[in-house]
Amino acid sequence: MALPGESILASRGAKRPALTEDRRPPAPATYPVRTEEDLLSVRHAVRAATVEVGFGLVDQTRVVTAASELARNAFVHGGGGTVTLEYPRDPRGRRGLRLIVKDEGPGIVDLDAALTDGFTTGAGLGHGLGGARRLMDEFTVRTGPGEGTVVVVTRWLAW
Amino acid sequence: MSTSEAAVRERLTRALQERGEEIADRWVELQMEQALLDTDIGEAELREEADALFEALVPGLQSGVPVDRVVTSTPGLHEAVVGLSMRRARAGATPTATSLAVLALKEALLKAVQRDTRDAEELFASAVFMNRLLDVAGALSFETYVEGREEIIRRQSQQLMEQSTPVVRLWRQVLAVPLIGTLDTARTQVVMENLLQAIQDHEALVAIVDITGVPTVDTAVAQHLMQTVNAVRLMGADCVISGVRPSIAQTIAQLGIDLSTILTRGTLADALAAAIKLIDGPGPDGDEGDGR
Repeated sequence: MALPGESILASRGAKRPALTEDRRPPAPATYPVRTEEDLLSVRHAVRAATVEVGFGLVDQTRVVTAASELARNAFVHGGGGTVTLEYPRDPRGRRGLRLIVKDEGPGIVDLDAALTDGFTTGAGLGHGLGGARRLMDEFTVRTGPGEGTVVVVTRWLAW
Repeated sequence: MSTSEAAVRERLTRALQERGEEIADRWVELQMEQALLDTDIGEAELREEADALFEALVPGLQSGVPVDRVVTSTPGLHEAVVGLSMRRARAGATPTATSLAVLALKEALLKAVQRDTRDAEELFASAVFMNRLLDVAGALSFETYVEGREEIIRRQSQQLMEQSTPVVRLWRQVLAVPLIGTLDTARTQVVMENLLQAIQDHEALVAIVDITGVPTVDTAVAQHLMQTVNAVRLMGADCVISGVRPSIAQTIAQLGIDLSTILTRGTLADALAAAIKLIDGPGPDGDEGDGR
């Protein structure tokens, strides 16, 4: 169902300060992905999180789009799951945003094939997983037939 | 059913039949008093509700149905509670106020029973019975209330979906659909239906789909856009996608989606210029935009 309110203006006009030394990063938060509307909530939450971390507009769009792809995969192929947002720091103190997308679905049988552009087991375009990998800095998948799928992606804030 | 429960049922039935008026008064009074109804449901309406509820409650009490199923399985009674909650949901009362209003009936009923007997045993048995009877009604009203609200939300989003996809005529034989929000399967369906119909009605040659108001273009949205473009082309018209912002363009490219077969423009103005070129007509200032 189409719901309005996923505002682009809010993020574009956002002048919120990036996380500074004295501001503690928000606690990790987990969102369910059980319905089509949940995808909207996830995009909303991720958009807010990218603004919180201090990403620019292009990176905001990248991360939200990657989140949208992965959450949709969990919803369509995994029969629903969860998205967890974390605010990590790398050893050099660089801030980032990490998404952990988990489902208890049938798992990915051939991961290499799934990462290939144009490969799809459903009716999609087959760019979701590979596209998400290109949109993010770090990308790991833990999956196996019957084991469900966990995708962990991270985008770091450029210095 | 134990003999004491049978006695309680009989007592309540009699109270409702003989003192119905009084109980209704008290109930309405309680609801007004508790200021539970921050709505425009008036006293007359509350009386009507009470009358309908009591009328259905009597056969419910007289039936042999176990107490915790009386409300849900007595036909008229179930409807009366559902109707009451629906009206409150529509009038904007809170769910708490709605179930509390139903539960306030306990007090009104007990008061009436108290007029008939002072026997502690009997009063206690009546109170326990009424609790079991009406807690179910309270829960049912809460549930119905939530369903009522969800129904309203569903209807509103349906309305929003249709309102937010207007097809506007920008130029002779040029139509535009400014998309706002997200583009999922249901939305695509509505957009496509409206757009294709408008193309036929206006004998349009170019349709512009503007995605300025679409915050996220992922592969699913891109796929829906391509479907729309294909459908427009099948009608013999051309389709231009406008409002491709820099951040969206980068993201689409990185995702690996190939939109090169589709005419895209950054702004609606550029798209209109392109459309006018396509239909081979003079521009708004009379300048020839087709470069012949």
